[in-house]
Amino acid sequence: MEYINVFITGGAICLIGQILLDTTKLTAPRILVIFVVSGAVLQVLGWYEPLVEFGKSGATVPLPGFGYSLAKGAMEEVSKKGLLGILTGGLTATAAGIGAAIGFGYIVALIFSPKSIR
Amino acid sequence: MSNDKKLPDIGTEQDPKVKKQKAKAYEEYAKQFTPKPKYAANGLKAFVVGGLICCGAFAVQNWLMDFMKLEEKEAGTWVTVLLVCLAQLLTGLGWFDSLAKFAGAGCIVPITGFANAMVSPAIEYKAEGPVLGVGAKLFSVAGPVLVCGITASVIAGIIQVFR
Amino acid sequence: MNNQRGKHSIVFSNRPNIVGAAAVGGVKESQGPQKKWFDFTLEDDIFGEKTWEKAEGKMVKKAIDLALSNGRVSEKQVDILLGGDLINQLMIANYAARDLQMPFLGLYGACSTMTESLIAGSVFIDGGYASCAVCAASSHYCTAERQFRMPLEHGNQRPPSAQWTATAAGSMVLSKDRAPGRNICVTAATIGRVLDPGIKDVNEMGAAMAPAAADTLLTHFRDLGRSPEDYDVILSGDLGHVGKKILMDLMAKQGVPMAENYNDCGALMYDDSQDVHSGGSGCGCSASIFAGRIIKEMRQGKIRRALIMSTGALLSTISSGQGETIPGIAHAVVLEAEGGE
Repeated sequence: MEYINVFITGGAICLIGQILLDTTKLTAPRILVIFVVSGAVLQVLGWYEPLVEFGKSGATVPLPGFGYSLAKGAMEEVSKKGLLGILTGGLTATAAGIGAAIGFGYIVALIFSPKSIR
Repeated sequence: MSNDKKLPDIGTEQDPKVKKQKAKAYEEYAKQFTPKPKYAANGLKAFVVGGLICCGAFAVQNWLMDFMKLEEKEAGTWVTVLLVCLAQLLTGLGWFDSLAKFAGAGCIVPITGFANAMVSPAIEYKAEGPVLGVGAKLFSVAGPVLVCGITASVIAGIIQVFR
Repeated sequence: MNNQRGKHSIVFSNRPNIVGAAAVGGVKESQGPQKKWFDFTLEDDIFGEKTWEKAEGKMVKKAIDLALSNGRVSEKQVDILLGGDLINQLMIANYAARDLQMPFLGLYGACSTMTESLIAGSVFIDGGYASCAVCAASSHYCTAERQFRMPLEHGNQRPPSAQWTATAAGSMVLSKDRAPGRNICVTAATIGRVLDPGIKDVNEMGAAMAPAAADTLLTHFRDLGRSPEDYDVILSGDLGHVGKKILMDLMAKQGVPMAENYNDCGALMYDDSQDVHSGGSGCGCSASIFAGRIIKEMRQGKIRRALIMSTGALLSTISSGQGETIPGIAHAVVLEAEGGE
């Protein structure tokens, strides 16, 4: 049952992305930005948390989930540690993902070469 | 003989206001010759692939929680790390663009799309060296995502202060 | 003697001759319907080089070498080299010219570079400023795509109007002396003007270029008092399937319907199964089809008079980043085959 919720939530978020890709002139990077920022905005409004409870990974794996983690981290850190949390919270919560993306990404880029089309 | 045929009056307009109107009219005109994307098929593929990626992530997370005895939050972080590394590896192997061509937003919108957006320009500009080539281009597409995301989190933190 | 016809067109009284021509095609291109017309095809798009740019440079040099050898002209006889490509500051053409050590003028007309260089070369020969000129143009999917759009490995879906930058190069050798046997010469040309229909999307280049192409065709027919039936073949550069339809509609609306003898290099370069959406683009697309297929068909006697017109979308990475519209341009050249049956 949980898997169905995950599937539907994740699929629906991706479907929104696909509709944006097909019907607007937005390019992929812009869509990524829109999704991350909207995840953060929804979290501030308190609307993303219920979605995460319902859809689990279906809500956290897509990019709005990244925005959600960033915003949630900042908000929690502010409540716990005060003003400095504004700056440290978001990055602390997502440090592992960003660290992996940069570190592993750099290594991958050094190892592989660009390929022509097949 | 076509000596006295008029030339089409497209694109010669200088007045910016009229130019804009004409551009819009021409865009509409050009649209009728452009095939439409296959909305239904693209949407279905995005939905299914996106859903499957999330389910896979959920399965791994459950496994980490059940067998490795990790907490939910820690397991979730590991899943993110694994997805990022997997997408970057697929990008390096040159398979990710084929997947994205099929699934579209189905693999662009999950965190895999973000990982791909980092590595792809870095590989591409490798010839420009490890610092300004790979190092700088790692952020050419994904940089804006991080900048906007982190800025949003800072704003969220500020809002939290006043709550 | 006045060689001008109207404001845009010129006729060549001394008729520069195309003595040599060669086309080089990339991997995907040589899997398409144009395969048999290429003089040389790449087995790998990197062409044994370290970077895509070097590979493209080697490709254009290969096209020039082949054109010189099949025109039986030595490098020393060449008085001027004219050419260009799509990469910033004409990187490819400049480096090819560095290797060739010929008097060189680099030209940029986006994808219209082949006919642009052909017109310039013909003027040099006709005016007696050169006895032998080499014209060349090239494009490479892997160099152009990342400059104008996205990195190769970046996951994305191409919209149906998107075109595929052809990995190809074409070169023609012009001479004041006739070639033995069946001779092909440049008899007239029409220099286009820049028209901007207001398209902003880099994936709609066919629509951006179609008005300029229609304008050049209409101007050409008016200036020379000709009609489409006067040509065995009329071939536009890289409007693609979408742009071709728009051009045909625009021409029909002006009362000059295009018939069976009209086609577009972008639409010809690939077949539908190759999944290139609207067709080919890039300087190399029209350059390789003109220098490969058209010249060969003229030598074989299948075509007597051809109107070839490369079309260019004059965008830069800066202009598209700033949300500017994409202006288009098109230059037409008349080729005629004579004698030697």
